[in-house]
Amino acid sequence: MNDVRNKSIAARSEIFSDLKRNLDIGDEKAREKRVRERLSNPPRNLIPERANIPHSEQIALFREQIEAVSATVEQVAAAADVPAALASFLRDNNLPSRLRLGSDEALNALPWNKTPNVDVQTGRAVPEDAVSLSRAFKAVAETGTLILLSGADNPTTLNFLPDTHIVVVSAKDVVGTYEEAWTHLRETQGKGSMPRALNMISGPSRTADVEQTIQLGAHGPRQQHIIIVDDL
Amino acid sequence: MTASPKVGLFITCLADLFRPSVGFAAVKLMRDAGCTVEVPRAQTCCGQPAYNSGDRKDTRAIAEQVIAAFEDFDYVVAPSGSCTGMISKHYPELFEEGSQWRLRAEALSAKTHELVSFLVDVLKIDHVEAQFDGTVTYHDSCSGLRELGIKQQPRQLLGSVKGLTLQEMEEAEICCGFGGTFCVKYSDISNEMVSHKTECIGAANADTLLAGDLGCLLNMAGKLKRQGSNVQVRHVAEVLAGMTDLPPIGEEH
Amino acid sequence: MEIRSPQFKNNAREALVDENLQSALGKMRTGFTSKRAEARARLPEFDDLRDQARDIKDHTLAHLDLYYEAYEEKVTAAGGHVHWARTAGDARDIILQICQDENAKLVTKGKSMIAEEVALNDHLEEAGMEVAETDLGEYIIQLRQEPPSHIIAPAVHLTRSQVEKSFRKSHTHLADDRNLDEVSSLVNEARQVLRQKYIDADVGITGANFLIAETGTSIIVTNEGNGDLTQTLPRVHIVLTSLEKMVPTLEDVSTILRVLARSATGQEFSTYTTLSTGPRREDDPDGPEEYHVVVLDNGRSAMIGSEFQDMLRCIRCGACINHCPVYHAIGGHSYGWVYPGPMGSVLTPTLVGIDKAGHLPNASTFCGRCEAVCPMRIPLPKMMRHWREREFERHLTPKLSRTALGFWAFLAKRPALYHLSNSVLVRLLRVLAFGRGAIGSLPLASGWTRHRDLPAPERNTFQELWRSGGYE
Repeated sequence: MNDVRNKSIAARSEIFSDLKRNLDIGDEKAREKRVRERLSNPPRNLIPERANIPHSEQIALFREQIEAVSATVEQVAAAADVPAALASFLRDNNLPSRLRLGSDEALNALPWNKTPNVDVQTGRAVPEDAVSLSRAFKAVAETGTLILLSGADNPTTLNFLPDTHIVVVSAKDVVGTYEEAWTHLRETQGKGSMPRALNMISGPSRTADVEQTIQLGAHGPRQQHIIIVDDL
Repeated sequence: MTASPKVGLFITCLADLFRPSVGFAAVKLMRDAGCTVEVPRAQTCCGQPAYNSGDRKDTRAIAEQVIAAFEDFDYVVAPSGSCTGMISKHYPELFEEGSQWRLRAEALSAKTHELVSFLVDVLKIDHVEAQFDGTVTYHDSCSGLRELGIKQQPRQLLGSVKGLTLQEMEEAEICCGFGGTFCVKYSDISNEMVSHKTECIGAANADTLLAGDLGCLLNMAGKLKRQGSNVQVRHVAEVLAGMTDLPPIGEEH
Repeated sequence: MEIRSPQFKNNAREALVDENLQSALGKMRTGFTSKRAEARARLPEFDDLRDQARDIKDHTLAHLDLYYEAYEEKVTAAGGHVHWARTAGDARDIILQICQDENAKLVTKGKSMIAEEVALNDHLEEAGMEVAETDLGEYIIQLRQEPPSHIIAPAVHLTRSQVEKSFRKSHTHLADDRNLDEVSSLVNEARQVLRQKYIDADVGITGANFLIAETGTSIIVTNEGNGDLTQTLPRVHIVLTSLEKMVPTLEDVSTILRVLARSATGQEFSTYTTLSTGPRREDDPDGPEEYHVVVLDNGRSAMIGSEFQDMLRCIRCGACINHCPVYHAIGGHSYGWVYPGPMGSVLTPTLVGIDKAGHLPNASTFCGRCEAVCPMRIPLPKMMRHWREREFERHLTPKLSRTALGFWAFLAKRPALYHLSNSVLVRLLRVLAFGRGAIGSLPLASGWTRHRDLPAPERNTFQELWRSGGYE
């Protein structure tokens, strides 16, 4: 490894000196200041007006957008309604009644005892899992995009391994734009910090690699179902 | 604007050589609109063959010649989007910023217009007095469309020609495969492109094909002719000027 | 990868008579373009976002060294490693070393054009590893041992039945009567085969669409989810990326993401946009235990400050390719190297040399459709012309063209002589037309008359007529 390591270090200094030579550097202090400011206080760029609407309409926009890319969505009033909604979704779609989820507090606090037929297992997904359940950090209305964060609460494998991915999102976590999500993210993670993986997901897996024919379920989930909970 | 704007007609090398009637049609249209039109002798070509072959030195020499020949006019007008684009979009870039030639190129650029756009956008003409009995389809030449934004102007004036029906073709905005020296250097690819174009022309069921650039017109007319098509080909200026008694492009005079 | 760009004309000629290819290209001619147009129409701010995306990237390039310093610090703090590669060979060596340290037998790969650029697969395979491409299109062309023909749709040159044949040949477990008539059955077959690869892999390699300086993050954008399985399941994740992928902040990448998918496929947003920062954390139940980023230069730092700097704004959406009438005619393989279409015609000469790739920037009509749709507003025709200028300066332009051009320019600079020679030419052409309106064959212009007639000129030049008072 040493030889390769040294080469990488040499390459780094060559690349940096090339950049400094070829760039029109001018006032170096001013450059550094511009970069420091942009990184410590990221300015917002132009944000499309599309999602600049009342919250209830943002929820409707989120639904419309993600349904357009083949996800299914239902909305329930209370957290207590989730297990029953889940059970009927599994039944209606002829899915096994076994569910994998992480240690997310809100999900684990749901009244699972109301649906004894649903076998709830916790931990990361394994290849045998057919159905997984996650809770989204945010749902972005402008393009119908879920944001999920890695960690023990909602392991990343849940998002990709099982054939069916069910995502619970609190209505209050539906935001208009990506920028709003980043503001919340900085509040929870700390400025400049990220979870290991942040997944932005719009609908089930798809491919158009054969004759540009859209086919769902390329490698990730074939099916994505979203439950929006008014009071979670 | 002066009472009778003085216009220098940049005839273009292809119209000069192949289709003088385009030049006369342009002159008629502008005179009808109240312009005084002159044609400087000291013009040859806009320089695109050299420019697009990477020959900056000759391009600059030709550009200087054009600038000198035309800078005294109120306007410079060419019956071609491609040559107009060369003069108005590319000439300034040939010269170093701040140099005398750059300033002269910029001044020329500001008063150079493609014919139909000059009529509509500058002279504010919204109709012509002409008659053409037939169905036409219109090909949007690339430079005119994408460099100069010419799209609705020819359609607006064609709409005022008595007896004329405009039937749009599919993919009217796609390149016909001419591309200057491209069509001889990469003739097989060019052939595929112009074949696709003539397919679209054929499917439009028009009896006449119009466009604003002779390069594209010669290319499409040549292909239609080779394919034995009955579609006639003309420069849009001929129809707008009501000068269609001459045979179409590629027919005997 | 072998460079077949010098044989561009031959490649194109073969492509034009390849029926399968022409059938596949016919399908893409309007699909991508209408989807992009619809996406643009749905978002009124689209063109303004393109301006901002351009400005963000210009700002980033102007401060690239500083953003990389910030980025590197963040990656290291998150427990990842940043490696620097000056050349394709260096990038291959670094990745091979990481794989060997891991004792890797099976390496899975997400789609990465940089991996194509450095010809990574061959290098790892020669060292005895199995490399499995997991993007469906990449998987198909790997089975066929072909290079990709498009940067976002690698197998766009193939028909469904060609894919079926390749599957039957390689997947020996398939029963003869297994029906693969539908695209869905092909996708399912690939899904099953690749599922096991993800699980068994020791190392997963992906590209990166972007790097974020603010957070030390790499981003991949996919629709299939293959990149995520590739990078989440194995013990080691390697990100292979190139110098220009940097953006400053989450806000900045959001702006660019808003134009990326819409320009590429006309989607509002790609299915999966994944932001990765470092290896598995203490309480993480999944994710890779090692996270390496290999940053490739390969001539890019030299593009900074040159007339080709704008090309470094490219986000590889493929819109220029999707809208290129030359690409539509000949497909991606004709270009002879990794990057086809307009973006390739600018980029390839910087990476393999204009002496080898000279045809690419020349084989364009400058129709301008590429520039018109580029989300990053890269002046592609202008940069192709810059390559032609470099060629001309280095006397790489073919002799015959150069002589003809010189002769023409000599006349064009002398109006009196030019008009005289035009008068002669008109008469000559009319003789050759034999009284017809068009010329069927012209010895010195066979490139023209092989495929089309040359309309004959009128009797006189315009200049002659004008001086003599018109047609009368």
